Amino acid sequence: MGEMEQLRKEAESLKDQITAARKAVQDTTLQEAAAGITVVGRVQLKTRKTLRGHLAKIYAMHWAVDANLCVSASQDGKLIVWDTITTNKVNAIPLKSSWVMTCAYAPSGNLVACGGLDNMCSIYNLKGKDGNVKVMRELAAHTGYLSCCRFLSDSEIITSSGDCTCVLWDIETGTQKTVFAGHQGDCMSLAVSPDFKFFISGACDFTAKLWDIREGVCRQTFGGHESDINAIGFFPNGNAVITGSDDATCKLYDLRADQELITYQDSSIMCGVTSLAPSLSGRLILAGYDDFNVNIWDSLKSERVGVLAGHDNRVSCIGVSADGMACCTGSWDSFLKIWN
Amino acid sequence: MSNNSAANSSLVLAQKAVKQLRLEASVRRIKVSQAAAELKAFCLQNAHKDPLLTGVPSSDNPFRPPKSCVLF
Repeated sequence: MGEMEQLRKEAESLKDQITAARKAVQDTTLQEAAAGITVVGRVQLKTRKTLRGHLAKIYAMHWAVDANLCVSASQDGKLIVWDTITTNKVNAIPLKSSWVMTCAYAPSGNLVACGGLDNMCSIYNLKGKDGNVKVMRELAAHTGYLSCCRFLSDSEIITSSGDCTCVLWDIETGTQKTVFAGHQGDCMSLAVSPDFKFFISGACDFTAKLWDIREGVCRQTFGGHESDINAIGFFPNGNAVITGSDDATCKLYDLRADQELITYQDSSIMCGVTSLAPSLSGRLILAGYDDFNVNIWDSLKSERVGVLAGHDNRVSCIGVSADGMACCTGSWDSFLKIWN
Repeated sequence: MSNNSAANSSLVLAQKAVKQLRLEASVRRIKVSQAAAELKAFCLQNAHKDPLLTGVPSSDNPFRPPKSCVLF
C-alpha cells in the first residue's frame, strides 16, 4: 500500500515538473510572434469535380502520393480508387465487411488498405498479375474497431484502434511488430511524420501522443482538448502537430517546445471537428466539421479565412493532394468533392 | 488471492505510468520564440509554392480544362 501511495505522489510530482518545464520555455506566444504578419486574404475555393458513385456515407479518403488518384471508403461496402481529373473509377473493390471506417493508399501506389468494425486491417494489391484486385493480407489482432491506418511502405503499416492501442504490422507475415499502448481511450486517428520516424495518435482520452516508431515508445503527450480528438495531422515541416476535436476546436502543438502554441476556435462554431489537413506550406488548415462545412484557418493568425460549403451532410474526411494543388472532401452525403 | 493479483497489477500499472512520465519529463525543449519563428519562416518561405494559398490560374489547373475560343 505504501508503494502505491509513493508512486501516485511521484506521478503527480512528474506531471507538475512537465507543466513547469513547458512554462519555463514559454517566452512568447505564436500570436505575438506572428503579430507582424497580415492575415491571409479570403480563400475562395470552388468545387472543380464531384466524384459520384458511392451509395452510402463516405467515412474516409486518402490521396495517392503519385498522380491524381485517391481512394475512398464507404459503408456501402466499397473501396473506390478514383482518377480525380477524369472522375473515372479506376477500381471499385467490394469489401467483406461494409462497416469500414478508414482507408489508406500506400506511398508506392501498389496497395490500399481499409478496416473498421471488423477489427481488422485488410490490405489489397492493386497491381496483381491478372488485373483483379484481391485481398493480400488480413491483419487481425486488435480487439476493437480499426479507426485509422497509414502505410510506411509496402511492407509495413500502422493502425489505430478502439482498443486504445496503435500497432506497427509486418504486412508480409501478417504479424504485429510493435504495439504502442498508453492511451486511456479509443485511438481515433493517426498520422506519420514526413521522415517516417514518428507517428502521432489522437484519442478519446483527449490527448495526442508522439510515438517513436523504431523504439516503440511514446515520447510526448499533449493535452488541452476538452473532448475526443477525432483528427490529427503533421504540420508540413514535421515539427508541429495539428489536432481536431469534438470540443469544436483545432489546436497546434509544437513538438520541440513540447506544448500547445495556438487554438483555432470561434464562438459561432459549436460542433465537432471530424477531419483536417494542412495546405502545402502549412499556412492554411482545412478542417471538416459536423455542421457539413469545412472551415479554412490561417494557421499563424488563428483566423477563419474561408469556408467550403457544398455538402449536404457531415464532412467526414478531407485531404490535400501531394502537390498541394487540390483539396478533396468526403461526406456522409455519399459524394467526394475536389476543390481548388 | 484475487485481491492480491489485482493489487499487483495496479502496482505494475502505476510503475509503468511513472516510468513513462519520467521519459516525457526528460524531453529537451526549445523556447517557444524559436519554435514560433521557425513555423512562421516555413510558412512564409513556402507560401509561393502553395497552390491553395496563391490560387491556381485556370490554364495551369489540371482540374479545370481551359475554356478556349474557337474561331471558325
